Amino acid sequence: MTNEKINPDGNNEDVLVKVTNLKKWFPVQTGFIDQLFVKEIDYVRAVDGVTFNIQRGEVLGLAGESGSGKTTIGRVAIGLEEKTEGEVIFDGIDLSTLSSEDLRKLRRRMQVIFQDPLASLNPRMSLGDAIKQGLEIHYPESSDQHRDIVMDIMEKVGLSPAKFFYNKFPHQISGGQRQRVVIARALVTKPDLVLADEPIAMADVSVRALLLDLMVQLKNEFNLTYLFITHDLATAKYICDRIAILYLGKIVEMSTLTEVYAHPLHPYTIALLAAVPVPDPHERRTEPMPKGEIPNPINPPSGCHYHPRCPYAKKICSQDEPQLREIRPGHVSACHFAEMFLEE
Amino acid sequence: MAEKEVLIQIQNLSVEYKTRLGQVSAVDNVSFDIYKGEILGLVGESGCGKSTMGKALMRMIQPPGKITDGKIIFEGEDIMTYNEDQMRDFRGRKVSMIFQDPMTSLNPVQRVDEHIIEAIQVHEPQTKAEEALERATKLIRKLGIQKRRMDNYPHQLSGGMRQRVMVGLGLVLNANLIVADEATTSLDVIVEAKLADQLRQIREDFGVSLLVITHNIALVAELSDRIVVMYAGHVMEIADVEPIFDDPLHPYTKGLLQSIPNIQLDDTEELYKMPGEPPNLTHPPSGCRFHPRCPYLMPVCVDHEPPLAEVSPGRHVKCWLYIDHPEKESETIKVEA
Repeated sequence: MTNEKINPDGNNEDVLVKVTNLKKWFPVQTGFIDQLFVKEIDYVRAVDGVTFNIQRGEVLGLAGESGSGKTTIGRVAIGLEEKTEGEVIFDGIDLSTLSSEDLRKLRRRMQVIFQDPLASLNPRMSLGDAIKQGLEIHYPESSDQHRDIVMDIMEKVGLSPAKFFYNKFPHQISGGQRQRVVIARALVTKPDLVLADEPIAMADVSVRALLLDLMVQLKNEFNLTYLFITHDLATAKYICDRIAILYLGKIVEMSTLTEVYAHPLHPYTIALLAAVPVPDPHERRTEPMPKGEIPNPINPPSGCHYHPRCPYAKKICSQDEPQLREIRPGHVSACHFAEMFLEE
Repeated sequence: MAEKEVLIQIQNLSVEYKTRLGQVSAVDNVSFDIYKGEILGLVGESGCGKSTMGKALMRMIQPPGKITDGKIIFEGEDIMTYNEDQMRDFRGRKVSMIFQDPMTSLNPVQRVDEHIIEAIQVHEPQTKAEEALERATKLIRKLGIQKRRMDNYPHQLSGGMRQRVMVGLGLVLNANLIVADEATTSLDVIVEAKLADQLRQIREDFGVSLLVITHNIALVAELSDRIVVMYAGHVMEIADVEPIFDDPLHPYTKGLLQSIPNIQLDDTEELYKMPGEPPNLTHPPSGCRFHPRCPYLMPVCVDHEPPLAEVSPGRHVKCWLYIDHPEKESETIKVEA
């Protein structure tokens, strides 16, 4: 597996994050007696050999169902979680060579927006203080300017007037406003990369569009790069430039978003795209859905992990694990029979 | 249009919660019908009262909540007048409910077959265990669950299977209505799509009515025959699924439908960014509860609450744009049937 093939847009000039053959296995907790007698420990292979680049200024989507490993990839990619194997290089720096102190300093440049804003905010800390904390840690020398910087960013994310919100607490504001606080807190340290893990999944439908728009606006204004993790392929359409589809800890397909959506080349992607309900009763889905559910990641199926559910599976699929191959220009798929979907 | 038979009539139902911050009118004067054999989608955002509505339908509102007004007419009787014994029979045998998290609805130390047999024997005490088991097995197979799964405990089943067991608990007693409150929400898209297919099939096979309560409007487009849109405790619009998606009448429905992401690439329209957020129901807005966010706001909307009016056959809308009012300056929009 070579790197050129996994970077479908071929532009290696301005890579911000380079993830190579990343693995993250979690040992399965067993009881004391089991530990005495069973020699081999089982692992949940949450991420099992994933390679991708994030270009500076792009939005890369990681999409998949629960258990696909999308969240774990995000966490390992910014050093929140230690990897089992592989390499994560952020702007030329190998994360595994850093001391925890250096990693902490680097965190200024990689910030996170989580799904649940209420869980991400300290209930006893005012909104202004919560946003200011990042500045105090990373820019202690300019403490006299902190308040102004915070006020400024609060206005930018739509917490306006900032004076009104500065001393409020998380429980006093609405869910949409809380997510704005979390966005402001992520951006205040002027990061390069923002990991957005299902950032709008908890917001109400009528509020989502505004939050999504805000994220796009801020990205352009602050020159951000997003790693956008989502299970919602319909939402991904409105923000992602490129997308990687994950299944059981592996990338099964990757290209620009329009390329993947217009010409899906993996049976799993095809099923996933078809499963998303379309808000138009005239276009109800008629395709049958694949059988079964995502299998247990402790004992993934042999060969292609998707083969037990795949309507096109042949003998080879249960024996040989397919590698990502370029099927259309800049479009990789990990299916033995990907060419079959070219004409369709 | 063939005359549809009404299964349940909800009339002027109101539910209030007492909180430290005052009364919350979670459901305010809501009326709609559920027809026999239909899939009715009840949609709205969080806090709009849709779940409260579902629970009120089975009189399962717990204190500090209370049904303060209204009638629920089922088979000619108002279930608000039922005593506890009658309610017990009504819940389960007539109306059954499935929730978002099946793990909290199923008993973790009871096997699948025990769940179903128990349900049968509680409501039909004369049924023998073997007979109940046979009925349970037949049903489970119809729901696409293998027979060997009958011996499984809930934690051994997948999320989709658990939801199907919950559906089975209602079907085995020939319930007339199954209320599915965000039943597909915690499932992955492929499993959700499969459950949607199955719900449709169940309606075909058993002739049961389904009330699908969800925030996922795209799912409702995929699944239901008719839609009730709720906002801030009020019903804003009721219509068949095709007219409401083709030509939404209420400004809230319009905005909501335009703000749903559509995965189709040929849909290049930008998402509508609705200003504001749903109101806090301790102090709901005066007049029409949507007026602070409404792009078509008229002076009359601030002080007067519009009624839910039938503006063309089967289409109900709660908006002054379509209803006459003496204080109104603009012309009332006529809706063609």
